[in-house]
Amino acid sequence: MSELATMSFEEAMAELERVVGQLERGDVPLEESITLYERGAQLRAHCEAKLKAAEERVEKITRGADGTPGTEPVEGL
Amino acid sequence: MELFEQDDGPGDETAGNAPEFTVSELSGAVRRTIEGAFGRVRVRGEIGRVSMPRSGHVYFALKDDRATLDAVAWKGQVARLSVRPEEGLEVIATGRMTTYPGQSKYQLIVDDLAPAGAGALMAMLEKRRAALAAEGLFDAARKKPIPYLPEVIGVVTSPSGAVIRDILHRLRDRFPRRVLIWPVAVQGQACAPEVAAAIRGFNALAPGGPVPRPDLIIVARGGGSLEDLWGFNEEIVVRAAAESAIPLISAVGHETDTTLIDHAADRRAPTPTAAAEMAVPVRLDLLGRTGELGGRLARAMAQRAEARRVRLADLSRGLGRPEALTGPARQRADLVAQRLEPALLSAVHRKRAVFAGLAGQARPELLARFIAAERRALAQRGDRLAPALARGAALARTGLDRLAARLAPATGRMARRAAADRAQLDALAGRLTVAPADRLAALADRLSALDRMRQTLGYAETLRRGYAVIRADGAVATSRTAAAGAAALEIEFHDGRLDAVPGGRGTRPAGRGKPGPGGQGELF
Repeated sequence: MSELATMSFEEAMAELERVVGQLERGDVPLEESITLYERGAQLRAHCEAKLKAAEERVEKITRGADGTPGTEPVEGL
Repeated sequence: MELFEQDDGPGDETAGNAPEFTVSELSGAVRRTIEGAFGRVRVRGEIGRVSMPRSGHVYFALKDDRATLDAVAWKGQVARLSVRPEEGLEVIATGRMTTYPGQSKYQLIVDDLAPAGAGALMAMLEKRRAALAAEGLFDAARKKPIPYLPEVIGVVTSPSGAVIRDILHRLRDRFPRRVLIWPVAVQGQACAPEVAAAIRGFNALAPGGPVPRPDLIIVARGGGSLEDLWGFNEEIVVRAAAESAIPLISAVGHETDTTLIDHAADRRAPTPTAAAEMAVPVRLDLLGRTGELGGRLARAMAQRAEARRVRLADLSRGLGRPEALTGPARQRADLVAQRLEPALLSAVHRKRAVFAGLAGQARPELLARFIAAERRALAQRGDRLAPALARGAALARTGLDRLAARLAPATGRMARRAAADRAQLDALAGRLTVAPADRLAALADRLSALDRMRQTLGYAETLRRGYAVIRADGAVATSRTAAAGAAALEIEFHDGRLDAVPGGRGTRPAGRGKPGPGGQGELF
């Protein structure tokens, strides 16, 4: 199990599906199923946080005098 | 031409009548003729060698199977040409003819350059595609997977126009993300270098820098003619796309247009909108899916718990009542307990009967008989004891005698050895006594010889030969001056000392007293 904070949405989603599948098959010992459930709940919260953080931000690359790239916001597109 | 024909006449006088041109005049006349006759022409041909000096002008040759025509595109025009002059390309050049009198040349000043039909351009495109494919730039193994949900998307396109709007609109619908637009020209001469620089620029951004590095690049342009899209066929663009470490989606032109960047891209989208769809999943679907998974998670857990509860109840029932388990055992215990007391009583009775029988047989004469028998046996053994002991002693003595016999010779050997050792010791002791005595005598001789020598060397012997030592006031006086100044003198002879006063006759010693040299003057 990799750490939640560094997990991409895709990884978290894939692990959540695995957890649900395991629990549904019901072939895990009780103690382990509780751990699995907790992990599943964390994964779900992580996925939802990623989904809620869907903020649009549009910027344009600009070049400074020395050629280093910077950005400026773009409006009205 | 007419001029020359007239010159062909045989007479000298006709030559004299013909006007004379300077070279410049003639060149100017030719120039006016050519410029007048070919003010604006379109010419079709294949481009020969191309030269692009630093000045920015482009010189090239147009040729067909029999002729060659020099052409030049001035710097200002080069950027406006539909295609960049490239060797081997079949083109239709538009421009005006002029001359270059300095070199007696005529040339075409090109305003526009268009491929001679799609066929020519396609043929060249195919050739270039094959060359880049042979390098492996389009290999499937090079393709990187597109991230499922990129955080930052870099878009290389024109900042104005429908394309960027379409992309942003579709992203907004599906999953709003952070978008960085890298503005570029999407057609004309500037297109290829700008697009290549943008792809490289996104890749050059440091992760975690002030400008976020995109997780995905989209290179997009709307539909257009083959010439319009030509920049996306240029080698620098294709190489930049192939080298991009960031996954890249190309969306150039419409569905039917294929440019070389499409082959090098990790994915090719038929339209800019489709590129946006490939870039992000639909957020609402994902929310629904997460919700559904959450529900299944809770249900699965609840079902598991319920199933176990039911099973536990079943098993509990299977266990039954505790009394049922102990009942039969208790019954047996009661039965056995009832039989315990009678069993003990009967056992005591049986033992007592056996004891009574045995007690009847225990009489005193039986014991007396037993003791008598034992005494007899003891007497017999006592009789055998003395001879056995004597035999044992005799055996031991024999052994001892044998050992003693062996010991005697050994003792003799040891005695002989001791005698020898003693003799040697005595000899050594003798030598020890003699050696120091000899040495002492020798040393005594040496000592007396040395003493004799000492006496000979000392002044005492000299005194005996008639010399004397004068002491003035206790110190030895070796000169007259020293003796004359002294209060008292002392003269030492070999047999004693004599006091004297300097200058006093009475104290003057008689005989051969030997004063110091200082005293000699007093004598005369």
